[in-house]
Amino acid sequence: MALDRLFRRRRTRGGGRDVPELWLKCPACEAQIYKKDLEANLMVCPECGHHLRMSVEQRVAMLVDEGSFEQTTGSVKPADPLSFSDTEPYAERLRRYQEKTGRSDAIYGGTCTIGGVPALLLVMDYAFAGGSMGSAVGEELARGAEQAAAQGRAFVTVAASGGARMQESVLSLMQMAKTTMALDRLWEKRLPYVSILTDPTTGGVTASFAALGDVILAEPGALIGFAGPRVIKQTIRQDLPEGFQRSEFLLQHGMLDQVVPRAELRQRLIQVLSLLHPEGAASGA
Amino acid sequence: MALEFEQPIDELEARIRELREYAEEQGVDLSDEIELLENKLERLQKETFSNLSRWQRVQLARAPGRPTTLDVLENVFSDFVELHGDRAVADDPAIVAGLARFEGRSVVVAGHQKGRTTKENIHRNFGMPHPEGYRKAMRMMDLADRFGFPFISLIDTPGAYPGISAEERGQAWVIAQSIQRMGRLRVPALAVILGEGGSGGALAIGVGNRVLIMENAWYSVISPESCAAILWRDAAQAAEAAEALKLTARDLKELGVVDRIVPEPRGGAHRQPQAALAELRRAIAAELEPLLKLSPEELLRDRYRRFREMGAVAQS
Ligand SMILES: [Zn+2]
Repeated sequence: MALDRLFRRRRTRGGGRDVPELWLKCPACEAQIYKKDLEANLMVCPECGHHLRMSVEQRVAMLVDEGSFEQTTGSVKPADPLSFSDTEPYAERLRRYQEKTGRSDAIYGGTCTIGGVPALLLVMDYAFAGGSMGSAVGEELARGAEQAAAQGRAFVTVAASGGARMQESVLSLMQMAKTTMALDRLWEKRLPYVSILTDPTTGGVTASFAALGDVILAEPGALIGFAGPRVIKQTIRQDLPEGFQRSEFLLQHGMLDQVVPRAELRQRLIQVLSLLHPEGAASGA
Repeated sequence: MALEFEQPIDELEARIRELREYAEEQGVDLSDEIELLENKLERLQKETFSNLSRWQRVQLARAPGRPTTLDVLENVFSDFVELHGDRAVADDPAIVAGLARFEGRSVVVAGHQKGRTTKENIHRNFGMPHPEGYRKAMRMMDLADRFGFPFISLIDTPGAYPGISAEERGQAWVIAQSIQRMGRLRVPALAVILGEGGSGGALAIGVGNRVLIMENAWYSVISPESCAAILWRDAAQAAEAAEALKLTARDLKELGVVDRIVPEPRGGAHRQPQAALAELRRAIAAELEPLLKLSPEELLRDRYRRFREMGAVAQS
């Protein structure tokens, strides 16, 4: 059921043409916010605290120690193993997303330190095909976990994904097994894996590596689950309860360790990594 | 009830039966006419079943009367002792599991179970497990490891159940955990796709050292109907989606996702279940045998290598 759930996600841009590019409308409280202010506030609405989606570059910048980041992703390029075509050939879609994002696929990251702890950070890009996981994304994740294990780094992922990518069919499904099993390289070396879930994380990404962090953190109000709300609604033919599948709901049901506001995320991550990573654990760093 | 594309065959078969009965009752010789029709039937069967579309195979995979996990447990294995419950919340009838014997050897088996009647199908939630089912399966993996018995999974599900209670109790989490748990087995692990291999709900018990598939089964990231509903915005395009998803046994063998195709009798396993199960027994025996010689470490490495290589990327 790993769907590319591209249904009616809230837009981050103010809808009307009369709204200048410099201003954004908060999808939650509808306040008009100066774009620069929003970016300076890590894309969190200053009026209501709603967490908007942020670019993967900004995400990396907000989490890593300044000047420590070296990109490792990008050399793995997606292929079209099934010559898939629906209303548009998959190869065309890929080209379109590559042009739009400047990335070869829906993942970006590299080596860095986080509060001095050596880490490998991978961030999923929702802007690229809904952050869906095909062979290339799975390969980057598996390589990331393997490289972290080989170099004694903590492994950190930031998930934002509609799930496994339909256009690579069963090969996307297999990425769930591949990424999950690659995590065991970290287990063998007692290196920590921290999984951060952001809006939205569903389908085959939730149901594989993202659910297996030693510590799982989520941003407030993020949609997180296995099946998407629309699929569930169709199945059970009734409305879903308020707040269903949001971070707070999942915390209540025991699926997450903490819900952490974006402004506090780096500090919490540093704290967790320094407690878990052998360097921090031994030195009291 | 015959599948749509089986109907001409069924009609012809009925016609031949009628003629035979008539000839016998009336004492007339209709052997020429019967022979003519039998030749026609032979041609029609050949034509239909040698050119099955992917969508027709999906229908065969769902055909009533097709062997289910319990049929396999009763016919391919012996001494089956069902073990119930996840030791936490409930027993999930969508997954059956337990101890059994295969060619004299103790094994642990877990598989999705669809109902063989409508009433049973409702009881078993059409083979769509809740988290409890996967927790039960993981318990079985623990048991296999503890006693050093091979673990054999039988896959036949449209998918894990998408519902409120399933989400509340961590459907995504248990699927991830079950994938991880099965990947960590220190004993030989075989997965057999019997009918439907619906997405993560199938893969959760699909992390075998070897993966076998029945000739008319399918395995995909999403069902053709759901795929059509999303990409074509029209569930009626399922046949087209099935073609695009390349979800048949032959496709999967080419993609390296399965290791062996278990042949089915012409017309599909639902027409001759006993013959299909005999083939399955031979296939399981053949795949299990070499794995029994591997050490726990070799089995772990073998399984990791198998799944690590999955996928197709272009390198720059
Ligand atoms: Zn707001």
